[in-house]
Amino acid sequence: MRRVVRGFYAIAEAVRLCRPNVICAYPITPQTEIVENLAEMYANGELDAEYITAESEFAAASIVLGASAAGARVFTATSSQGLLLMTEVLFNAAGMRLPIVMVVANRSVSAPLSIWNDHQDSMTVRDAGIIQMHAENNQEAHDLIPLAYKVAEDKRVLLPFILNVDGFKLTHAYEPVDLLSQEVVDSFLPPYDPVVKLSTEKPVAMGCYAPPPYYMEFRVAMEYAMERAKKVMEEAFKEWSEIIGRDYGSHVSAEHCEDAEVVAIAMGSLVGLVRDVVEEMRKEGKKVGLLKIRTFRPFPAEEVREALKNANKVIIFERSLSIGSDPPVTLEVKSALFGSSSPEIHSVVIGLGGRDIPREQIVKVISEVYEGKVKPGKRYEGVKEFEEVIP
Amino acid sequence: MSYFGPGHGACPGCGFPIAVKAVLEALEGKAFVVNPTGCLEIVSSMYNRNVWGVPYIHSLFENAAAVAAGIEAALRALNRKHEGHVVVFAGDGATADIGFGMVSGAFDRNHDILYICYDNEAYQNTGNQQSALTPPGARTTTTPVGKRQPGKIGKKKDMVSIAVAHGIPYVASASVGYPNDLKRKVKRAVEFEGAKYIHVHAPCVTGWGIDGKQTVEVARLAVETGLYPLVEFEHGKLVRVMKIKEKKPVEEYLKAQRRFRHLFKHPEGRKIIEELQRIADENIKRYNLLQQ
Ligand SMILES: Cc1ncc(C[n+]2csc(CCOP(=O)(O)OP(=O)(O)O)c2C)c(N)n1
Ligand code: SF4
Repeated sequence: MRRVVRGFYAIAEAVRLCRPNVICAYPITPQTEIVENLAEMYANGELDAEYITAESEFAAASIVLGASAAGARVFTATSSQGLLLMTEVLFNAAGMRLPIVMVVANRSVSAPLSIWNDHQDSMTVRDAGIIQMHAENNQEAHDLIPLAYKVAEDKRVLLPFILNVDGFKLTHAYEPVDLLSQEVVDSFLPPYDPVVKLSTEKPVAMGCYAPPPYYMEFRVAMEYAMERAKKVMEEAFKEWSEIIGRDYGSHVSAEHCEDAEVVAIAMGSLVGLVRDVVEEMRKEGKKVGLLKIRTFRPFPAEEVREALKNANKVIIFERSLSIGSDPPVTLEVKSALFGSSSPEIHSVVIGLGGRDIPREQIVKVISEVYEGKVKPGKRYEGVKEFEEVIP
Repeated sequence: MSYFGPGHGACPGCGFPIAVKAVLEALEGKAFVVNPTGCLEIVSSMYNRNVWGVPYIHSLFENAAAVAAGIEAALRALNRKHEGHVVVFAGDGATADIGFGMVSGAFDRNHDILYICYDNEAYQNTGNQQSALTPPGARTTTTPVGKRQPGKIGKKKDMVSIAVAHGIPYVASASVGYPNDLKRKVKRAVEFEGAKYIHVHAPCVTGWGIDGKQTVEVARLAVETGLYPLVEFEHGKLVRVMKIKEKKPVEEYLKAQRRFRHLFKHPEGRKIIEELQRIADENIKRYNLLQQ
């Protein structure tokens, strides 16, 4: 059913269709409306789940951890400071191999306080052992929720899954969305059947402590699971696109990259804008391409390498920083390219804390690189001249 | 396999194994155990040497109450409540300090869980640092004794009253000196639907500086002096107390433990002993503990 809905509703509705057993989250802008919508569905009797109002994100993450350990399908959502507060629990959940699915409505982190969008929050948990995808639009966000459960709960994977959606830009935007039906979701997503769970019939101990002779194997096993997840996700992308008839590409989506001299890389809602610009420049006969990175963890290094093999120059639009190093996506791309091609790398930090990203800015960045007017390296676009002050 | 042990690595004479065994026996093993980081976890949950005969999860240091709430919610959602009770065993640090907010959250939502705090009056797992439940005057590694400081300054947080203030259906204090009393309280507790809190005094042989054989005796002295009243609240109302046959002076309790030894020499020591005696006397009055 096609309807014009806002992003948070599209997400909440998809969660409902996945038949979660326990939902728990704590309000934080711009995530809040997702769980408010779920609360409303619960109140109206449309959602057959336990809905728990936690006292903090730390508790929310802990509650879904406990519920997942007991064998329930769970959901939570957060943003920014909330994700930072959950961090310790999320590392723990990943280590316990619990397939918790959550949405992060991406938002910048304090200080200075900002409620607006960038990707700094989700980057803070990139090493936790959590699968991470970025949705480009609300249709994709809606469709990726059942996929997240399918992948996270797959016995070859068993890792938490974060679906990133750009705060406000997607969560609060009205878009036409083809809403999934219960039958379709049921046909794709089987009920959760955990390999191990807390049960008095067959007691197990979870979250044990591991001395040096044991610890490393557990952590390396997570790495193997993450590697397997790549394949499992591809199967799921394929199956899902066959069922719903919408194909978003695989871990990446390489557009016009075959003969492109300059390839622009983006994640999330910025992809749409960059695509527009690339299409327009193509019409002008310029050899530019777009590489949309959809899966950030496991990072699709091979696909990135393949897509960039003919490019002389690469522009990475970065929505976060790793203060003191290259920004996160740049690090990944460089690492993927190491030992193969070595194009110029332009790391362009843009739109932090919700700073507007006008179309002309994207045009300017790509044109300047295309015409060789700027040197490779790290830059900040849209930053006013300023004097450093300690706030 | 039994519900707890054999093979746990607690120091000989440690108090909490008595509590854990009593609780699980009272529940006949029908329990989902949640245990935050701490001495109990370290001595019982090593990979490949797990000593629990019941389903067990080690959470983190500060979130056992929330993890328990999640398990309880899952059992409800999956129609598996009949399988057993969700029971937390948490130290005083995990309960009264770092995990305090989540204890309050779980009580506020009145999750159907039994929360047992084993109170060994310090962070013993990390080597005897003070917690909010360390009593005044006790020597710990973070409240050492020196010229300007006679051990811990400040009160012992009253977790029992705090639990009662949440309006949960059942709250009690117990002691490993009286395991049968603890068993009875556990059985009573689980008759109530909702959050239950039992605060169990559990000596630590190393942190308190006692001999392993003295655990029960020292635990009982705490009760007999009035320092550690054994009380029971149902729906916020005090319903039962354990009477003291013969009131003993707190000095007798203090003298039995190395952590208080300095009080008898330090210039500030006398004042603290008097303060502890005052607390004991006040408990006796407040709960009417003396047998008439
Ligand atoms: C977030 C965090 N901070 C600190 C620690 C270190 N730590 C582990 S156990 C513990 C003390 C436990 O004390 P308590 O809860 O009283 O239990 P006990 O060890 O006395 O049985 C501390 C400080 C930790 N594991 N996690
Ligand atoms: S250190 Fe104390 S609390 Fe820990 S096992 Fe030994 S006696 Fe028990």
